[in-house]
Amino acid sequence: MVAKAGTRLESALRAKGDLKLVAYMMAGHPTAKRSIDVGKRLAASGIAALEIGIPHSDPLADGPVIQRAGKVALEHGMTVSGALDVAKAVAAEGVPVVLMTYINPVLSYDPRKFSAEAAQAGVAGVIVPDLPIEEAEPVTGWLRSAALDTVFMVAPTTPPDRISTICSHSSGFVYCVTVTGITGARKELPEGIPALLKEVKSRTSLPVAAGFGISRQEHLKALKGNADAAVVGSAIVDEIERGGDGVSLVRELLKACR
Amino acid sequence: MSRMTLTHPVDGRFGAFGGQYVPETLMSALQELEDMWHEAKADPQFQLELAGHRRAFIGRPTPLYAATRLSEHFGGTHIHFKREDLCHTGAHKLNNAVGQALLALRMGKKRIIAETGAGQHGVAAATVCARFGLDCTVYMGTEDMHRQSMNVRRMKLLGAQVVEVKSGSKTLKDATTEAIRDWVTNVRTTHYIIGSVVGPHPYPEMVRDLQRVIGDEAREQYLSLDGKLPDVVVACIGGGSNAIGIFTAFLDDREVGLVGVEAAGKGIRTGEHAASLVGGRPGVLHGSYSYVLQNGDGQILPTHSISAGLDYPGVGPEHSFLRDIERVEYVAVTDKDALAAFKLCTRLEGIMPALEPAHAIHHAGVIAKELGPGGSILVCLSGRGDKDMDSVDGG
Ligand SMILES: Cc1ncc(COP(=O)(O)O)c(C=O)c1O
Repeated sequence: MVAKAGTRLESALRAKGDLKLVAYMMAGHPTAKRSIDVGKRLAASGIAALEIGIPHSDPLADGPVIQRAGKVALEHGMTVSGALDVAKAVAAEGVPVVLMTYINPVLSYDPRKFSAEAAQAGVAGVIVPDLPIEEAEPVTGWLRSAALDTVFMVAPTTPPDRISTICSHSSGFVYCVTVTGITGARKELPEGIPALLKEVKSRTSLPVAAGFGISRQEHLKALKGNADAAVVGSAIVDEIERGGDGVSLVRELLKACR
Repeated sequence: MSRMTLTHPVDGRFGAFGGQYVPETLMSALQELEDMWHEAKADPQFQLELAGHRRAFIGRPTPLYAATRLSEHFGGTHIHFKREDLCHTGAHKLNNAVGQALLALRMGKKRIIAETGAGQHGVAAATVCARFGLDCTVYMGTEDMHRQSMNVRRMKLLGAQVVEVKSGSKTLKDATTEAIRDWVTNVRTTHYIIGSVVGPHPYPEMVRDLQRVIGDEAREQYLSLDGKLPDVVVACIGGGSNAIGIFTAFLDDREVGLVGVEAAGKGIRTGEHAASLVGGRPGVLHGSYSYVLQNGDGQILPTHSISAGLDYPGVGPEHSFLRDIERVEYVAVTDKDALAAFKLCTRLEGIMPALEPAHAIHHAGVIAKELGPGGSILVCLSGRGDKDMDSVDGG
């Protein structure tokens, strides 16, 4: 028996005095080969986990930076199966990998096959931003039976009772969306975030990761003590778009996490 | 099973289709919308107000019109038009926009967003915002802003901000995606008036409830005219709102054939079309599970139709259900045939239809030839064609 993947993600993301950092990148951005390269470097940069996005033609929850990355990846031929290959190559470095994908590519691929192949690739968990808990079955059933963690999102507009239900559907960690809106770096995070994180923390024993809009040391300082982990997406994808790998940004941000 | 279709949706689904595939951020707004809509629907005061606006602002009931010269041209089958082109602003879209604006007022939301393809829904949204003093932002693809430029000018005159959408195929799909992103960001202050029976629950149900007035009126008008029902009811399908609007009243009349007409563009086999029910397979687009034009990897495909209002890779979930239970037949008509029907109807009836219902008129001709002189067809003439002058001259 393999150790339960959930356990791995859960322990990787739990803050122990520090704040853990999760990086996001898009599979196939700008090419499959280059994204594997970037992924491996990010894996060794001190992050606690890596989110790998599967590109979609109509990413409802994403701002311009991630939209562009997805478009480039698709133009360069990235597919669901190609993204699983990228995930496999990067997961081999030992970093817990979480796939972030919209629901339609998964439905089209077949959720059962997707779950099995993701598990085989060494993926730890899956986040589907357009799959609220009401629509979660049967997809999450397949994910769970492949021992993959199912990470659900809580938003600033989620009522308290619903937060508990979302937490009870989640494993690995709970993703707390920090802005009412789509992905993309923001100058400042909204005021109510510590209160929202506190509310979520009080309703689950899972680690809680904050994400959307996070790009600066000040953001991380404000999250430390309130969240277990912070997800940095558009800021890293922006660096990858410019030909970089995001590693220096990660190192910079990690200073504010300790 | 006789009333099965009318009691749908159950838990937000029409059979397997529908649902709410949206970011968590929108879930409480959708719940609020559903509660508010059911409350408003049951409130006699709301219904009275809606009826008043339908009469004096939209101009309802719209007439049932006997298209005698077209009937003769097609071999003698009786063809009638339900004249939604005579609605204020020129299309059925205002039926929905008025109802949703009243709902926005009830929810205390002062900012309205909308997506538009042909510009008819954008104009309808801008119109109700002017009428009720609401702030209006309309998302429209670059390509549609060019081919429906008159409607862009109308929206601006009505006080709406028109946001150009340059992503993807620069048409209705991309405008809808962008409107949803705006809604995710401004959901606390903003109501999103979706223009068709698409999107997450409760939109497909709510827009149907607001558009079914088309068929409710037409069925009564037809009965009092003829003492019987038409053999076939035909409507064009973009997202499917005028079609659901006219079909709903006839769903239980099993003897009445219902036909939805999609856009075959340059021909289904060329891949350049917008016929999701004829040429697609089930998937998720814009928050609901329905027939979608997608590639083998679940990516949404670019579409083509001469008609901006039909140029959309998805369709309302209730149509997917009606297709699978075989209550409605879905077919597709090419750009070329739609253009010819546009010209024919204009010359024979003195009625210039929009390119969208021109697809339905062409197919009415096909059915008329099968039915012969004793037959009867009711066509939903969903809008008028002034907006399409440029496309028609070019074609
Ligand atoms: C006149 C007219 N008919 C039909 C449509 C297609 O929409 P639906 O299928 O929702 O009726 C449009 C859309 O813009 C339209 O303007």
